[in-house]
Amino acid sequence: MSSESSYYVPDSSKLPIFMAFGLLLFVLGAGGTINDLGKESSNSYLLLMASFAVIWGVMFVWFSNVISENNQKLYSDQLNRSFVHGMAWFIFSEVMFFFAFFLALGYVRLFAVPWLGGDGEKGITNILWPAFESAWPVMETPDNENFPGAHHNMNIPGITKLHTWLPFWNTLCLVTSSGTIALAESALKKGNRTSFKSWMVVTISLGFIFVFLQGLEYYEAYAHMGLTLGAGIYGTTFFLLTGFHGFHVCLGAIILTIMTLRGFNGAFSEHDHFGLAAGSWYWHFVDVVWILLVLVVYVF
Amino acid sequence: MSAVIEGHHDDHHHGPAKGISRWLFTTNHKDIGSLYLWFSFIMLFIGGAMAMVIRAELFEPGSQIVSPEFYNQMVTNHGLIMVFGVIMPAFVGFANWLVPMQIGAPDMALPRLNNLSFWILPAAFGVLISTFFMEGGAPNFGWTFYAPLSTEYAPPTVTYFIFAVHIMGASSIMGSINVITTILNMRAPGMTLMKMPLFVWTWLITAYLLIAVMPVLAGAVTMMLMDIHFGTSFFKAGGGGDPVLFQHVFWFFGHPEVYIMILPAFGIVSHIIETFSRKPIFGYESMVYAIASIALLSFVVWAHHMFTVGMPIAGELFFMYSTMLIAIPTGVKVFNWLSTMFKGSLTFETPMLFAIAFVALFTIGGLSGIMLAIAPADFQYHDTYFVVAHFHYVLVPGALFSIIAGVYYWLPKWTGYMYDEFMGKTHFWLSFVSVNLTFFPMHFVGLAGMPRRIPDYAMQFADYNMIVSVGAFLFGLSQLLFLYVVLKAIFYGKKATGQVWEGAKGLEWTLDSPPAYHTFETPPNLESGEAKA
Repeated sequence: MSSESSYYVPDSSKLPIFMAFGLLLFVLGAGGTINDLGKESSNSYLLLMASFAVIWGVMFVWFSNVISENNQKLYSDQLNRSFVHGMAWFIFSEVMFFFAFFLALGYVRLFAVPWLGGDGEKGITNILWPAFESAWPVMETPDNENFPGAHHNMNIPGITKLHTWLPFWNTLCLVTSSGTIALAESALKKGNRTSFKSWMVVTISLGFIFVFLQGLEYYEAYAHMGLTLGAGIYGTTFFLLTGFHGFHVCLGAIILTIMTLRGFNGAFSEHDHFGLAAGSWYWHFVDVVWILLVLVVYVF
Repeated sequence: MSAVIEGHHDDHHHGPAKGISRWLFTTNHKDIGSLYLWFSFIMLFIGGAMAMVIRAELFEPGSQIVSPEFYNQMVTNHGLIMVFGVIMPAFVGFANWLVPMQIGAPDMALPRLNNLSFWILPAAFGVLISTFFMEGGAPNFGWTFYAPLSTEYAPPTVTYFIFAVHIMGASSIMGSINVITTILNMRAPGMTLMKMPLFVWTWLITAYLLIAVMPVLAGAVTMMLMDIHFGTSFFKAGGGGDPVLFQHVFWFFGHPEVYIMILPAFGIVSHIIETFSRKPIFGYESMVYAIASIALLSFVVWAHHMFTVGMPIAGELFFMYSTMLIAIPTGVKVFNWLSTMFKGSLTFETPMLFAIAFVALFTIGGLSGIMLAIAPADFQYHDTYFVVAHFHYVLVPGALFSIIAGVYYWLPKWTGYMYDEFMGKTHFWLSFVSVNLTFFPMHFVGLAGMPRRIPDYAMQFADYNMIVSVGAFLFGLSQLLFLYVVLKAIFYGKKATGQVWEGAKGLEWTLDSPPAYHTFETPPNLESGEAKA
């Protein structure tokens, strides 16, 4: 069945339903844990932990199966194209997830905040909080007692002080890492495995430095700038956009770490390295999102 | 795990596994299609029972049977279940059964992912329904879950609702990736894009819409979660956010979503009408372009749901005109269906009856949609029963009738047995009469000002509401007859031929009824023959 013309249809598999079970545990565990936040006794978090164990376990076995099926030469070119389509559309769905948050930021900045400040033809919207003046970043919220705004924002401090501004170093890390992973891929295609492995290590190091710097920035925000999730709409959009991006960087870094470990284990050949290629597309995707994010969250 | 590795040589030749494990672990598109369809059928009765509770409460004015709180839970979950648990899974079931057979593929492109997409649904809906038994009761904020009803004033079970929506969305996205990959990558040689059966075309575009908007829904519920539990201000004006933002994000998902629920219906109805008219579909290319135009327009019309919440006049005008534009491709489709029937050798088997009813009644829903699109008029219609009548006309005699028509049409192919034509026609006439009895009077009470989502109403609406309730009970009972017809066909039906219908064209009709467990393991060669269904 491994001839070029036939499409490999796997036999029935227990993995999907275990995964669905893991997701069920996740919904119950996450829902319970979050609902019980701040309560003394709650053991929903155990369910949540169990769900992570099931989900990660199933993923491990599932990907191992796919790799071993590929090594048995069960996959035709056509099936490999299915993986390419699948990954491309998955990334498109991720783009649309970020789109929702960019849409929210755009709406808030272009419409909601100016309207709260009394702009617009309806002109009656600042009756609730007549003292509120619209500005971005919103440092003083309409209801500043319940939603105390931040003391400082994360905006770019000017070109001369660029080196003191963490997002600058973050951008540098991520853009460079997008280049280094391209170098790793092209080294692999040329059969230069040493160079491939070195560039992969550089890439994931840059990825983890990014995550570390982002953590540092959050620490600064909470500890010294009064910039929290509760700091009105500016804190909200700042943390949600950078947070989800950071979460995706973590995922990408984990994927690339696994790919690097597999590389050290002798996986991938010049022509057959879809796992790596997919990880690399994902990495370029988080890079592009970051550049947009720097522009709309930090610069303008 | 071992089954996967060792099973690769002969699994293509033996049939399904025995017992329950066949359904739990299957990777077969036909099995998964059946699972989706049965799941949707069961959910139809659960969501339908909720509708019966609503209609029983509204049978007479005043508070009758349930508390207003429980009424709200019924309205909310009726909507959620019918949209996400009935219409969408039914269409995915059709896609699973038909797309591989119609394009000459051996299975879906990613069979294990396919199984996962299905089994997430029982988990998600299990959680959703279990919220009825939790503290605070089930979600009660309407299927559109507008903030702040769904945030500040929501019952604590909203957290479970949010995560259930998340995994439901994951299921839809994975299912759509599978469909789109199958269609783009697995067509038999000679099956060019413009030769694909229309049902495949509608699903290609539907899958694209799903991948584009389900993540936006995930974004919306994530914002809710953050606002409820982590102190953010997306939907809180006091912090600089805006509750209207929720409506924008939701309807950016929601409007493409309503086309997700109707595009596959267009495909099903096109096949049925051409078969029973014994003519190829009129204007195949224009059908494809019309579907694509509807899909693209669906991204720029969302705020027509929000004319009354406050928007600059330029916004109202933009969304009014863009919405009206949708009438053009939709009109093209209706015109093409009528032209297909024109001078055809028509016969009126049950699928054709449902398909013709679809064309007529969906058009009524479309026309009331144009009325609602007129922004100044919408100020009068908004949140009245006129809106309820409108979207039930496009969803019940629209989407649901197309599903029923498709089941009658392909049931002999799927099971190998014919249904009872007399019982099918009885089911049709009962459904046709009762669906109009239910939803047509809603137009009148709506125009007269009866608000939706309220468990009580003014005395003047009493007569019409009683008619509506009687119609609804009759419609509910008629669907039990549908279940009976399906079961009777499966257990006592007459053997069906491979061709089944005299005029049916397309690859699925070249197979046996029922088709072998694995079909088209070697792709059919279409270069010589006629592939367009």
